[in-house]
Amino acid sequence: MPALLDVQLPSPDTEIWRYSRIEELNLSRYEIGAATPSVANGTEFVTFGADQAGRPTSPDVFADLNAEHMSAATIDVPAGVDVAEPIVLVHTAVDGAAEFPRTTIRLGANARCTVIERFTSAAGAQAFVSPLLSIDAGAGSSLTYLAVNDVDESSWQIGHQLVDAGRDASVSLSTITLGGYYTRVRTEVSSREPGSSIRQVALYFAAGDQMHDFRVIQNHIAPHTSSDLLFKGAVQDTARSVYTGLISIGEDAKGTSANQTNRNLTLSEGAWAESVPNLDIRNNDVRCSHASTVGPIDAEQRYYLESRGLPPVVAERLVVLGFFDEVLAQLPEGDIVNEVRARVASKLSLGGVQ
Amino acid sequence: MSTLEISGLRAEVDGKEILRGIDLTVRSGEVHAVMGPNGAGKSTLSAVVMGRPGYTVTGGSVTLDGVDMLALSTWERAVAGLHLIMQYPTEVPGVALSDVLGEALHYRGRDANGLRDLLRDEADRIGFDHKFLDRPLNVDLSGGEKKRNETLQLAVLRPRIAILDELDSGLDIDALRDCSRRVEELSNDATQPLGVLAITHYSRLLNELRPDHVHILAKGQIVTSGGPELAAVLESDGYAAFVEEEEPAETASSALDDLFRM
Repeated sequence: MPALLDVQLPSPDTEIWRYSRIEELNLSRYEIGAATPSVANGTEFVTFGADQAGRPTSPDVFADLNAEHMSAATIDVPAGVDVAEPIVLVHTAVDGAAEFPRTTIRLGANARCTVIERFTSAAGAQAFVSPLLSIDAGAGSSLTYLAVNDVDESSWQIGHQLVDAGRDASVSLSTITLGGYYTRVRTEVSSREPGSSIRQVALYFAAGDQMHDFRVIQNHIAPHTSSDLLFKGAVQDTARSVYTGLISIGEDAKGTSANQTNRNLTLSEGAWAESVPNLDIRNNDVRCSHASTVGPIDAEQRYYLESRGLPPVVAERLVVLGFFDEVLAQLPEGDIVNEVRARVASKLSLGGVQ
Repeated sequence: MSTLEISGLRAEVDGKEILRGIDLTVRSGEVHAVMGPNGAGKSTLSAVVMGRPGYTVTGGSVTLDGVDMLALSTWERAVAGLHLIMQYPTEVPGVALSDVLGEALHYRGRDANGLRDLLRDEADRIGFDHKFLDRPLNVDLSGGEKKRNETLQLAVLRPRIAILDELDSGLDIDALRDCSRRVEELSNDATQPLGVLAITHYSRLLNELRPDHVHILAKGQIVTSGGPELAAVLESDGYAAFVEEEEPAETASSALDDLFRM
C-alpha cells in the first residue's frame, strides 16, 4: 500500500485551522488502509463500494483524500420504510493505517431510521482516520444518527459530516467523542427546504494530552426551519478542546429558529477549552440564541454534595456525570448511555481544580 | 447520646471578624434556637461548623462527642453525624436525589438496599411528591419543595446533630408546618433523638419546632440565652432590647421591621 506522501496539508495560519494540531500531522507515517465496517441490523439497506452520485463538494484536503481513497458504505432506506432496529456500523482502525470511511445515508420520503456509527481501534493503534458522513434526509423523513469516537489516544481522526434536511424532515445528530490524540469533526447541517428540524448534541471528554476540535455550521437556507445544538465537553490534565460554531441564516430563511449552546468544564489547572459561537443573520424574522461557558466544577454544587457526606471525588464525579446527563438523555439507546457514562466515570481523575 | 460543643468559636471572612466567641452546647434530643437580626453571624455560624470554604476559624473549637470537627473536611463532618439544612439548597443538574443519598448511606457504612422504600415513606410524611425523588437535586423546585427535600434528606440520613439554617425562609405555611413538625418528631425519637440547632430570624419556625433553649446572637456573640419564653419576648419586642447599639447600616435595614411581618 502506498504512503500518503504528496499531500499539501492546510496551514495552521488559516482561520479554520486556528487552535488545531494540523502542524503536527505527518501523513507519511501511514499507509492507506481499506477497512470495511462491520454491520449489525438492517443489512438489506446497506451496500458497500464507492457511490459517487451527487456528493459532495469537497470542503478541504481531507474530504479530497476521502473521495480518492474511500471505503464506502451506503445506507438507502426507501420511501415510507421504517427500519425498526438501529443499523450499527463499526469501523476498526488498524495500527499504521490511514482509513477513509465514507458513509452515505439516504432516506426516502417519510422513511425512518436510526444509524449508529462507531469508530474504534486496537489499543495502542496509531492510525489516521478521516471519515466523511453524508446524510440526505428526504421529505418528511426522520433520521436519528449517533457517532461514537473511541479510537486510541495516539490516533488521529479528522472527519466531516454533511447533512441535508429535506422538507419537514427531522434529523437528530449525536456525537460522543472520547478518543483520539487529535479528533476534529467539521459538521455542516443545511436546511434547504421548508419545515425541517435538526437537533444536534455532543459529549466530548479529552484527558491526558488529547485534543477535541469541533467546527459546526447550522446553515439555514429555506424559510421556517429550526436547528438546535447542545455541545457539552470536559477537559482534564493538559487536554484541550475547541468549539467553533456558526449559525448562518440566509436572506430567504424567514421564520427560522436556531439555537446553539456550548458548555465546557475544565477539570484541571493545565486543561484548556475554547468556545467560539458565531451568528450570521441576514433577515429579521428569526428567533436565535447562543450561549457558551467555560469553567471549573461549580463549587456550590460540590459543597452541597460534600455536606451530605460524599467525599470530594465522589461529589465531583456526580457533578460531571450530571453535567453530561443533559446530552446522554438524548442519545438513541439506553445501552450506549450506560456505556458512555461508565467510560466517562472511569476516565475521570478528579481532585484537580479547587 | 451525642453532644455538639461549640466553644469560644471565632471566625472571619475576608479578614473581617464575624463570629466573636460563640459558646453553645447541643445534646441529643435538645432543640436550640439561635435567633438574631440580619448580619448577626447566623449563616456564618452554620457555614463554619459545617466547614464551608471561604471562612477562616481564628479561635475556639467545635467538637462532636469529643471529636474535633474543625480538623475534618466537610464530608467527614457529615459522616461523623453533623447535618446542615441549607438556607438556599443548591441546584445540582443531572444528579438525582436517590443517587446522592445512595452514596451518602454508603459512606456512612449503611445499607442502601431499603433506600427506595425509605424515600417514599419519608416523602409521604412531609408531603414531598414522589416524582421529585428521581429528578435532579433541587432543579426547578419551588422554595417550599426545596425545604421539604432538605427535611427528607435529614430524615433519611439520621444524623446526630442537625443545623437548620433558616429552614423557614422561602417556605409557605403548609411546608413550614410539615418540615418543622418532622424535625420536632426526629428530636423526640425514642431510640435516636436528634439534637437540633435551629438558626432563624423569625419565631414562626418555633410554632411547631419547640425549642428547649433560645439564644440571641448579635454581632457575632451570644448576648442572651433563655428558655422558650425568650422567643415570645422577641415576637413582641423585637431585637432592640438585646442589641445594645445597632450600627447605622444595620439600623437602616428592614431587619427589625421584618419581625412584625409574619
